[in-house]
Amino acid sequence: MSTQTSGLAIETAGLVKTFGETRAVDGVDLAVPAGTVYGVLGPNGAGKTTTVKMLATLLRPDGGQAHVFGHDVVREADEVRGRVSLTGQYASVDEDLTGTENLVLLGRLLGHHKKAARDRAAQLLEAFGLTEAAGKQVKQYSGGMRRRIDIAASILNTPDLLFLDEPTTGLDPRSRNQVWEIVRAVVAQGTTVLLTTQYLDEADQLASRIAVIDRGRVIAEGTKGELKSSVGAGSVHLRLRDADQRPLAADLLRRTLDARVQLEPDQVALTARLGTAAGDDSAAEQAARALSALARAGITVDNFSLGQPSLDEVFLALTGHDTHDSPEHSTDRKDEVTA
Amino acid sequence: MSTATTTESKELAPVSTESLAALLIAKERPPRPSAWSASMTFGWRAILKIKHVPEQLFDVTAFPIMMVLMYTYLFGGALAGSPKEYIQFLLPGILVMSVVMITMYTGVSVNTDIEKGVFDRFRSLPIWRPSTMVGYLLGDALRYTIASVVMLTVGMILGYRADGGVGGVLAGIALLVLFSFAFSWIWTMFGLLLRTEKSVMGVSMMVIFPLTFLSNVFVDPKTMPGWLQAFVNNSPVTHLASAVRGLMAGDWPAAEVAWTLGWAGLFVVVFGPVTMRLYNRK
Repeated sequence: MSTQTSGLAIETAGLVKTFGETRAVDGVDLAVPAGTVYGVLGPNGAGKTTTVKMLATLLRPDGGQAHVFGHDVVREADEVRGRVSLTGQYASVDEDLTGTENLVLLGRLLGHHKKAARDRAAQLLEAFGLTEAAGKQVKQYSGGMRRRIDIAASILNTPDLLFLDEPTTGLDPRSRNQVWEIVRAVVAQGTTVLLTTQYLDEADQLASRIAVIDRGRVIAEGTKGELKSSVGAGSVHLRLRDADQRPLAADLLRRTLDARVQLEPDQVALTARLGTAAGDDSAAEQAARALSALARAGITVDNFSLGQPSLDEVFLALTGHDTHDSPEHSTDRKDEVTA
Repeated sequence: MSTATTTESKELAPVSTESLAALLIAKERPPRPSAWSASMTFGWRAILKIKHVPEQLFDVTAFPIMMVLMYTYLFGGALAGSPKEYIQFLLPGILVMSVVMITMYTGVSVNTDIEKGVFDRFRSLPIWRPSTMVGYLLGDALRYTIASVVMLTVGMILGYRADGGVGGVLAGIALLVLFSFAFSWIWTMFGLLLRTEKSVMGVSMMVIFPLTFLSNVFVDPKTMPGWLQAFVNNSPVTHLASAVRGLMAGDWPAAEVAWTLGWAGLFVVVFGPVTMRLYNRK
């Protein structure tokens, strides 16, 4: 029905999916502009994967509407399938087959002739640094290699829309960076990417707009800047040389930064959560100010680090409950505390 | 499974974002593959799996050999005077019985495979929907052919002679493989319907044992009680066994062949759509 011309890659209205009693997705509205990376951020069990599966035509919605490039995901599933690719949470390739066999198989299924499928497979393996592992079964691949072959399989035909469902969960930082590089390269060529993640810094690195999802609902949506300013700039962790100076340091931080200060179990450690009230100063500028104030007061700082706001903090700020409190773990949920 | 970490990502060659970009620029998409081509590609996948895990051919080699030897020597003396005479009657029947039994593994492999991530990818491709399942069955058709050849070889060593010659034997095997292909849609249905491998196995046994044993594979149904004859004479396995027996003996059992093909068509028409409905809803 809707809007071929609106420039939206994805548009959903009141999307619902229930599994028995659980409303896994409970009225999700999304508007994803074409040609961007759109981050869907949320903890385990928030409904991210279920949403992606509905958009990729793998699950039928129980309510609401979803359009991909103007095509209804239920009634025009085939048109949608022709334009999207999916990389799931678990490697969506056949683990019993080799890297080459997987890519040739999928190339053939996309309509390439034998030779074209082989050529494309070889080129992709080369570009992804997998030529050496091309003849090995995927079950022998490391986590990082699996991610690569998985993404390679998703871009055999350059898709208009690529779903990346938690592409870096379980990867070491190095492999994670490489996946990020790949995502940037894909977007640079005009593909829209819908990225789901549990990591705020990943959404921060890649996405231009972010939807925060919790218990099947979108609880916040906006640009990175908008989202961050709602949770504060991050936190400063300090280790002092002398435990006796801690109360003084805490007091100083409170005054200079207008920050909430938390004393850690470790006698010499404390954490200041930077608020949004400190004006336009970046977290680094605020931290520098705090350090010089401490130095002037003669307090020796042994160790210092600057932390980004974590997903936990985002959640605390947006919902008043932490990430471990989502429906999956709700059996022993405490009564809501009204502050 | 424990070999998952054998290759460390440290030794991985870097991703070349430049050549990646060059690859992504190619926006042209080939036309979608035909239903036939997609099915054959999935059949190729099944064959690749056999290539990587040849042990899975155990059930189409060792099992059929065991069946032929066991029943020939178990019943031969009692039913036909000697094993050598009995095998002349038994071989086409035991061939039918073993291959129809082997079809059961289709359900198990569909059930274990469907949980894997790769199925999500297949299901998100713009291809003829049943081709994934047809591909399984094409791969299995190869397995049935292997089983048939193995059993025929053992049978001939034991003294079986096909009066229908090469043509009759080939026609018999072709009919058997065709029927098994059609019959397997029951198993793809169970493979998608039931939640665990064990339950698939359990239900399959409940279907396959009565269906294969209550037939004319071992003895002439004339000695059975009336109510059982009614079942046995109308069982698809009986029709198939009679047809294969006839073809291999050099006759042309038109009615039995027609009954077999009719049953085969019925299986596809009934269980094919049910399978596809379950597949789309999974």
